[in-house]
Amino acid sequence: MRLDIKKTYKLYIGGKFPRSESGHTFELASAKGEFVANVVLASRKDARDAVVAARAAQPGWESATAYNRGQILYRIAEMLEGRREQFVDEIRELTGSTEKAANQEVDAAIDSWVWHAGWSDKVDSVAGSMNPVAGPYFNISTNQPTGVVAAFAPQQSSLVGLVNTIAPIIVTGNTVVVVASELLPLSAITLTEVLATSDLPGGVVNVLTGKESDMAPWLASHQDVNAVDLEGTSDPVDLEIRAADTLKRVVRPGTFSRSAAKGSLQQILAFMEVKTVWHPKGH
Amino acid sequence: MFEYAPAPESRKLVTFQSSYGHFIGGKFTKPSNTYQTISPATEEILAEISTATAKDVDLAVAAARNAYEKVWSKLSGAERGKYLYRIARIIQERARELAIAETLNNGKPIKETRDADIPLVSAWFFYYAGWADKLDYAGLGVNPKAHGVAAQVIPWNFPLMMLAWKIAPALAAGNTVVLKPAETTPLTALLFAEICQQAGLPDGVVNIITGFGQSGADLIAHKDVNKVAFTGSTGVGRLIAKQVAGTNKKVTLELGGKAANIVFDDAPLDQAVEGIINGIFFNQGHVCCAGSRLLVQESIQDELLKKLKKRMETLKLGDPLDKNTDIGAINSKVQLDKITKLVKLGVKEGGEAWAPNCEIPKKGFWYAPTVITGVAPTNTVVREEIFGPVLSVLSFRTPAEAVAKANNTPFGLSAGIWSEKGSRILKVADQLNAGVIWANTFNQFDPASPFGGFKESGYGREGGRHGLLAYLKGDN
Repeated sequence: MRLDIKKTYKLYIGGKFPRSESGHTFELASAKGEFVANVVLASRKDARDAVVAARAAQPGWESATAYNRGQILYRIAEMLEGRREQFVDEIRELTGSTEKAANQEVDAAIDSWVWHAGWSDKVDSVAGSMNPVAGPYFNISTNQPTGVVAAFAPQQSSLVGLVNTIAPIIVTGNTVVVVASELLPLSAITLTEVLATSDLPGGVVNVLTGKESDMAPWLASHQDVNAVDLEGTSDPVDLEIRAADTLKRVVRPGTFSRSAAKGSLQQILAFMEVKTVWHPKGH
Repeated sequence: MFEYAPAPESRKLVTFQSSYGHFIGGKFTKPSNTYQTISPATEEILAEISTATAKDVDLAVAAARNAYEKVWSKLSGAERGKYLYRIARIIQERARELAIAETLNNGKPIKETRDADIPLVSAWFFYYAGWADKLDYAGLGVNPKAHGVAAQVIPWNFPLMMLAWKIAPALAAGNTVVLKPAETTPLTALLFAEICQQAGLPDGVVNIITGFGQSGADLIAHKDVNKVAFTGSTGVGRLIAKQVAGTNKKVTLELGGKAANIVFDDAPLDQAVEGIINGIFFNQGHVCCAGSRLLVQESIQDELLKKLKKRMETLKLGDPLDKNTDIGAINSKVQLDKITKLVKLGVKEGGEAWAPNCEIPKKGFWYAPTVITGVAPTNTVVREEIFGPVLSVLSFRTPAEAVAKANNTPFGLSAGIWSEKGSRILKVADQLNAGVIWANTFNQFDPASPFGGFKESGYGREGGRHGLLAYLKGDN
């Protein structure tokens, strides 16, 4: 007989797959209570490294054309479709759900990438405006990404909740540091392998596994983070208070549904800034 | 140089009561816990103003809740809009009176209140009046809902204009409001309460309470408030953001700024000089979006500064009611002390301060228009918001350096670009992290144009369709 090769589950920071600098891991159990893997327990240092990577990647990702960003998100859907079986197996292993339910979750995740991909070059047509001011001025409002976002994926979802957290943030040119569900992290780690093979520049999505409460206070108070999505956090009030020190944009838990095969334009706009430019009309 | 004969605007149009209570449920309460409000140009006492206690806040919020439940939320958008149109018209009718009252209580020149503040106030009501029956087109899907009771706290730099920015969209969207004006500039808000009565606005739809920071804090913290809107300092904005944590209150904050006004070597220099003057000396520099950091391309720095100083020597500082006055009074002793302290610090840190030789009136609070050169991006006067007529000057060599220096601030409210090259303007505008960018102009405002900041300048927008969204909720 042949012994199969087990996967080492690692972090995803700046397009690379490092272990935690702390060397800490935790034992992940299956729905049946059996040992699955030693998963990285990311430290606050890992979280800070991830913010540095996200900041470094942000200007380039924002300045990519909307067409290009849309194609990359669509490419993620293609790659995910190709590895569907692996996701189904991992979801079933951790949640004990039926094959049908696991397939439905993967379907929704893939379709949501496609739904979000299409928004990249439409947000400004729908949410921007040419403003009829009372004077001889050209006046236009556009939407720009807010910058670096720290996000906490919903705890009860393996894949679709994670996708509906990441996609609305990155589609417009933000970069993200996302903390995966503590007890359902396998899909997040496998998703990083999809992201790494989808032409997505390194650092646009950075994924951390471990205890949300180890990392959340540091990310919420980090001075180089522009917005926080507190969906999967256990103490959102404390985190909102920390985020207030640098007036970060805050998405409170439960604001947006994250289980469908599509997201919401309002969620995309929650991570954008309206910029209005004036210029005189003359000759 | 020409001398101008004095041309003071008559005060006859304005009568203040000797004392004012709060405007709650359509009526003025009996004055209580009063303090004096003054003219900062003469230190003359204009009226006695009440300080709202927690109980007054309770009564005002209850009146707003009652009006929301029983009247305002049951009215059609078209009917709400008609009330706003009425208010806009009454403001137009009483425009000169309001301009004089604002100049008296704030200290800003009559030419600004007459030509900018008050016309924008009526324009704001007229604009949002038209939204009231078109909320299905706001972008939140059909039949979006109001939040309920809005708590609104505004600053002293544009007292009635800030009131309009807050109240007009709130009412159009179907909310009722409790608004607190700044402690030093309550009078035009109290005149606005009379305008609400003249318009026949249902009792309790608009409530005005007066007082200091504690009254505002009590209002924002009130349990029965659904929406908070604040314009003011970044420090207070932080406190509010902390205070609302764990509630369902929707918040918009319009906070401080430290705008870069970037002048490239191909800019039309005479126009740029006018833009720099307008950018920092409009309203004595008491403007959150003031162009307080001049970034000038090295090759034209000497020429530009020479022109700027020459132009500054023609600025007329003095009686705000005089129609020829360019620079009025600083709004309060507290603000004057802050400006004085920061400029002294700027000089201590190595900056060179220059001001034209202008006569400073003996009474009141005044600060001559000032330019500080020889400073670095790390100097206090370059980093901190001074909120006064003080311009700091930095230079740059390349567009990339200009953008890097402009963005090197925790603020992100506004910025200016001066260049004749369209492609350069568009690229630099893309790269600047600021919510409002004025290219070859500065300090333009319009109710159709969204205003608000990036980063620590706050969140949410005021003006335009985007400004309406702050007061509505849809299905996410």
